[in-house]
Amino acid sequence: MSEPAPAAASETPVESALPEGWELIVGLEVHVELDTATKLFCGCVNRFGAEPNTNVCPTCLGLPGSLPVMNERAVEMAMILGRALGCRVNRSVMARKNYFYPDMPKDFQTTQYDQPTNSDGLLELADGFVVGIERAHIEEDTGKSVHVGGGGRINEAVYSLVDYNRAGVPLIEIVSRPDIRTIEHARNYVEELRAIVVATGVSDARMEEGSIRVDANVSVRLRGSSELRTRCEIKNINSLRSLGRAIEHEALRQIDLWTTGSGPQQQTRHWDEDAGRTTPGRSKEDAEDYRYFQEPDLVPLDPTPATITAIDEAMPPLPAARRAALRAATGAGVDAARLLVERGQDGLAMAAVAAGADGAKTVTRLVNDLAVDDWSKVEAESFAALVRMESSGELSASQAKQVLGDLVEAGGDPAAHAAARGFEVMDTTELESLLDQLIDDNPGEWSRYCGGDEGERKKMQGFFTGQIMKATRGQADGKVVAELLAKRSSS
Amino acid sequence: MEIAAAVSAGERSALEVVDEHLDLIAQRDPELHAFNLVTAESARAEAAAIDARVSAGEAVGPLAGVPLAVKDNMCTKGVPTTCSSKILEGWRPPYDATVVERLRQAGAVSVGKTNLDEFAMGSSTEHSAFGPTRNPHDPSRVPGGSSGGSAASVAAGFTPLGIGSDTGGSIRQPAAFCGVVGMKPTYGAVSRYGLIAFASSLDQIGPIAADVSGAAALFDVIAGHDPLDSTSIGDFAPTASAVLDEGVEGLRIGVVKELSGGPGGVPGLAVDVLARAAEAVEVLAAAGALVDEVSVPSSTLGLSAYYLVAPAEASSNLARYDGVRYGLRVDGPTSPEMTTATRTAGFGPEVKRRIMLGTYALSAGYYDAFYGKALKVRTMMLNDFARVYENFDVLVSPTTPTTAFELGTRTQDPLTMYVNDVCTIPSNLTGHPAISVPFGVGDDGMPVGVQVLAPALHDAQTFRVAAVLEAAS
Ligand SMILES: [Zn+2]
Repeated sequence: MSEPAPAAASETPVESALPEGWELIVGLEVHVELDTATKLFCGCVNRFGAEPNTNVCPTCLGLPGSLPVMNERAVEMAMILGRALGCRVNRSVMARKNYFYPDMPKDFQTTQYDQPTNSDGLLELADGFVVGIERAHIEEDTGKSVHVGGGGRINEAVYSLVDYNRAGVPLIEIVSRPDIRTIEHARNYVEELRAIVVATGVSDARMEEGSIRVDANVSVRLRGSSELRTRCEIKNINSLRSLGRAIEHEALRQIDLWTTGSGPQQQTRHWDEDAGRTTPGRSKEDAEDYRYFQEPDLVPLDPTPATITAIDEAMPPLPAARRAALRAATGAGVDAARLLVERGQDGLAMAAVAAGADGAKTVTRLVNDLAVDDWSKVEAESFAALVRMESSGELSASQAKQVLGDLVEAGGDPAAHAAARGFEVMDTTELESLLDQLIDDNPGEWSRYCGGDEGERKKMQGFFTGQIMKATRGQADGKVVAELLAKRSSS
Repeated sequence: MEIAAAVSAGERSALEVVDEHLDLIAQRDPELHAFNLVTAESARAEAAAIDARVSAGEAVGPLAGVPLAVKDNMCTKGVPTTCSSKILEGWRPPYDATVVERLRQAGAVSVGKTNLDEFAMGSSTEHSAFGPTRNPHDPSRVPGGSSGGSAASVAAGFTPLGIGSDTGGSIRQPAAFCGVVGMKPTYGAVSRYGLIAFASSLDQIGPIAADVSGAAALFDVIAGHDPLDSTSIGDFAPTASAVLDEGVEGLRIGVVKELSGGPGGVPGLAVDVLARAAEAVEVLAAAGALVDEVSVPSSTLGLSAYYLVAPAEASSNLARYDGVRYGLRVDGPTSPEMTTATRTAGFGPEVKRRIMLGTYALSAGYYDAFYGKALKVRTMMLNDFARVYENFDVLVSPTTPTTAFELGTRTQDPLTMYVNDVCTIPSNLTGHPAISVPFGVGDDGMPVGVQVLAPALHDAQTFRVAAVLEAAS
């Protein structure tokens, strides 16, 4: 791993979970399964969840005499993801990583070594923090072993079963630079990477199905120093929650070892979710020598500049750009923009604002009231009309919320839904007489409204608004009520 | 081919042809052991089917009814494929190699799988788990290797055609020892799909035949693009049969000094072999070729580069024989112990030697000194030959340093065995085509082979020159 970017390091917020004076250093290796129709080197279907050993052929079983043929769509997806991460796309070659393991049919993994497809990119998190990307390379997945008996551990199992359906599924491994300094940023990095992967359409990135997997390289150092101390690689992290817990646990373990002795050993460790701790795997001393060499059965990948240009031109808007555009158009804050882009509702917001809806109202309505899985029936135009109705006072906030519910259910015209619900604009004189009655009935509250400080005034405004809503069964516009109260008290 | 023409015309029955050859095999193969497996039943059924098509007036292929011997490192669907190794015990491939499929389409009738040095690692077919093959010209001698079974089958008249694979000379050297024609095509001219890999960047399937025209007919059938092999050449159109009568007049032919007994060249070339090679050059000159001596300095480095590249790739290619999925399994208390026990019992000593050599050559800290340096030699050789081919159309040399040796005389010293391939290895490292054609005999009365080398894609040239030498020998 190379040195962290100094600018990024100096701007990092303090990691609260670590003892005073210690700094966390994290680099992440994320494996993403590409959503291709077929596997990386053969015509077998690339699908999760099939009966064991049904999507296999001589090539992905590594039978004697079989040969790989590169899936060109997988290469294209790799380059798309590389460009989305701002990487340079290189002339690249496949290499063999040699080691024995029963779920690896050829007893070598076809991957990339010193000449990866993508290198030197960066990933900007939602809060603007930038993480360097060292490389994003193509490789094949292995099969899956199930160890039966002996607590599921390979060396204690009575026997093992291997499913080769996953063997040869195309993966992209994205290796970050050790730029990450907080657990929050580690999570954000994976979230952001996942968003980019989904936006570019290269994978569905389902962590629970293993189509995105994360290993974390963790080390610690004294704050203010620029050294890189011994790191440990944490494997078997299956969720964002695990990622945070694993990093925190590992950092504390290392700090303890540095404080009480000469520090940790470089090794691979496994995250045990149930026990909430990492357990040792291979250490550096008995690490395998993978004897990498260029895969002689495949030819180099050498995309033309025209291919790269075409990929750039076809690139869909990426999350960072979408957030920026949304914020510029609606004035949304960092968190709201991140949320709406994550939900894919930024297009709806932009369209609504373009159709004349108020930016702040649009964002509020979406953030608060469209947290549903299926909002496909909500059309931009009708949503814009709804926000306009709310802005003009035709609908109160609570009415607008109900009509939005109707749009989610059935789509269509918000005015029609409002009419069907019997929502009418309350006549102001009608409201005024209602208010007069309330003031007469509640003189104490009224004097507290008129004579109280800011807080008291707010509290009493709530009281009167609530009473009016009760009387009108929610038909009144709270904003209008507030205006009327203010007018009455000053007159 | 004569047989194919007669079968296609209905003048001869393919079944009769096959039966005649099966009879010969039954008589003499117990002594020679060219075959690991004779598939008489399926061969007779295929021949009968060809006869039926002929009588129905249907078209049959260019090799209709010609008996064929297939080296036992090429996959044949449902038929045991062993690589002459115990480790593949009981394995039946679920698919045919592309070459096997193409030959069946062409009407050739495979009569069985031929013996080889285990995983094609050897030059005498003595390193077979099933015992050695003997040379039909003198059964006390080796047939060469590793395609010794296919070469012996053709030399004994068991089959007019044989298929071999050539990683460092494994077609040409046994062809020379057995007095038949053997050719290694340009790398990528013939699909490797279904050829059980020894060294992927060097392996190439090629024809073995009793004469040049047979080898050319076989080459024309097996060569051509295969989408299942990524290293297959995109638009290769084989035309060997068409150029056999073109002669060598005006052809610029170079005699490689380093491979022909010249000073500073490879040592150990026998006087009688060198004499035959010199006579062959005279024949070509007399036929109108423009002959000159030429130096290819890096050709002497081939042997050492080869014995790093080939074992390195082999160590990786042979890793999959782990006892998990197919073939031999020797049980052990854990999965790694099972794999170790299986490989210990399943591989012979030469295979183990090369796996260890290759593992070492690729190891961290040694890669640059060994494998990396071998790759540099390969590049240097490619440049050397490219320069030479600016002034020459083809090159000639002896195929082997000596004629066939006695069984058991070289197995104890791997280095003397490896030297057998010194003249043939350069073409594998460069990926260029080369042919071995019989040209007279040595002092011991055993056949001598002369090698014709050409630049990449000029496979037809090698046949063209070989045809002239064949006519004069
Ligand atoms: Zn497959």
